[in-house]
Amino acid sequence: MECLVVDDSAVVRKIARRILEKHGFRVREAADGAAALEALRAGMPGCILLDRNMPVMDGLAFLRALRGIPGGDRPRVIMCTTETAQEKILEGLEAGADEYVMKPFDEAILIDKLALVGALPGAAE
Amino acid sequence: MTSRAFQIIAGVVKERSGIVLMPEQSYLLETRLAALLQRLGLGSLDVLAARLQSPGSDGLAQEVAELLTTNESHFFRDGKPFDHVRAQIPRLHRARAPGLPLRFWSAACSTGQEAYSLAILIAEAQEADPALRQRRFEILGTDLTRSVLERARQGLYTQFEVQRGLPVRMLMKHFTQVEGRWRIHDRLRQLCRFEQANLLQDLRQFGRFDVIFCRNVLIYFDPPSKTRVLEALAAQLAPDGLLYLGAAETALGLTDRLEPLPEIRGVYRPSAAARRAIA
Ligand SMILES: C[S@@+](CC[C@H](N)C(=O)[O-])C[C@H]1O[C@@H](n2cnc3c(N)ncnc32)[C@H](O)[C@@H]1O
Repeated sequence: MECLVVDDSAVVRKIARRILEKHGFRVREAADGAAALEALRAGMPGCILLDRNMPVMDGLAFLRALRGIPGGDRPRVIMCTTETAQEKILEGLEAGADEYVMKPFDEAILIDKLALVGALPGAAE
Repeated sequence: MTSRAFQIIAGVVKERSGIVLMPEQSYLLETRLAALLQRLGLGSLDVLAARLQSPGSDGLAQEVAELLTTNESHFFRDGKPFDHVRAQIPRLHRARAPGLPLRFWSAACSTGQEAYSLAILIAEAQEADPALRQRRFEILGTDLTRSVLERARQGLYTQFEVQRGLPVRMLMKHFTQVEGRWRIHDRLRQLCRFEQANLLQDLRQFGRFDVIFCRNVLIYFDPPSKTRVLEALAAQLAPDGLLYLGAAETALGLTDRLEPLPEIRGVYRPSAAARRAIA
């Protein structure tokens, strides 16, 4: 399965890539929401790991845009952000996120969340 | 540490908890007992071993045993057993007289995630099926280790803990955020009762259960202790009740009181022999 990692921090993208590749994902990266929308033209990924606070276009705006385009309901979206207040999490879910990772995260959490959204390779693609 | 000291401490742990320590695990003694040694001003594990052999060391022995338990747990651990038990609830409900509670036991509950996972799935089953709302449910959590029971009773979890295994929608629905931690709602907390109990001691006082989860504790025991606990649990199961073991655990070859369900690994019902024994 392919995962698009959207985060303005190169460090976070690198950590996520390492974990995801270890578990058999193909990984693409984007540094903000607009770049992520651009990346979708090459095809819808199976899942998206999505930061919230980013320059140019933030994660919520990207998510709302994604869910509005044809086929945009398919990717499983896991928000992955330092916004950990309960109402912020609810906002993410209302915008169309399937799961939520509160930073800082580790491999165990990310893998649990990928399993919960049925995105672990080996689960149905 | 001398090998004699290791034997004494490992002996105390085995006697108190059933947990078997191998000589190559002596690092565990070093790490888990360091704070205790410091607090009591004991110079080394050898001194602790000597202290454990002197009279009046009962409380100390219990503390040592508790410190050597492994308490890792998370919500909905391994997933499948919880899906399976959820599907059993209507059957158990129909099989019981209206006034009787359905009773669940998280034996070796550690910090409570297993008991609360059961509470969440019961609450959601009741929400989906009005027939279940009249039914009373009880969840008992027991553990040897007092410190984890205190945490279980609080029902308060760190950000890290609520992200292991718990779907975020359940977190939003059944927990409230308090100063960066997450507290399970009182309604669910009140379904659960937590008590100290050693699985190697008499368990009959807890009564009859419809569902028992005893997971990720027997792996630490030797075969005779496993058999003993499995048979004691079988004796507390309703004739149509179910016992769930951990992913790395089995009752096969250890007792004839339990028989595996054909459709899922690690789930057992009382065998004909056990049903006769408890009839
Ligand atoms: C790894 S935890 C398992 C928690 C939970 N059942 C799960 O699967 O996530 C094991 C627990 O068994 C408890 N334990 C160890 N020996 C025990 C005994 N003899 N009687 C009762 N509990 C015991 C420990 O205190 C520890 O909390």
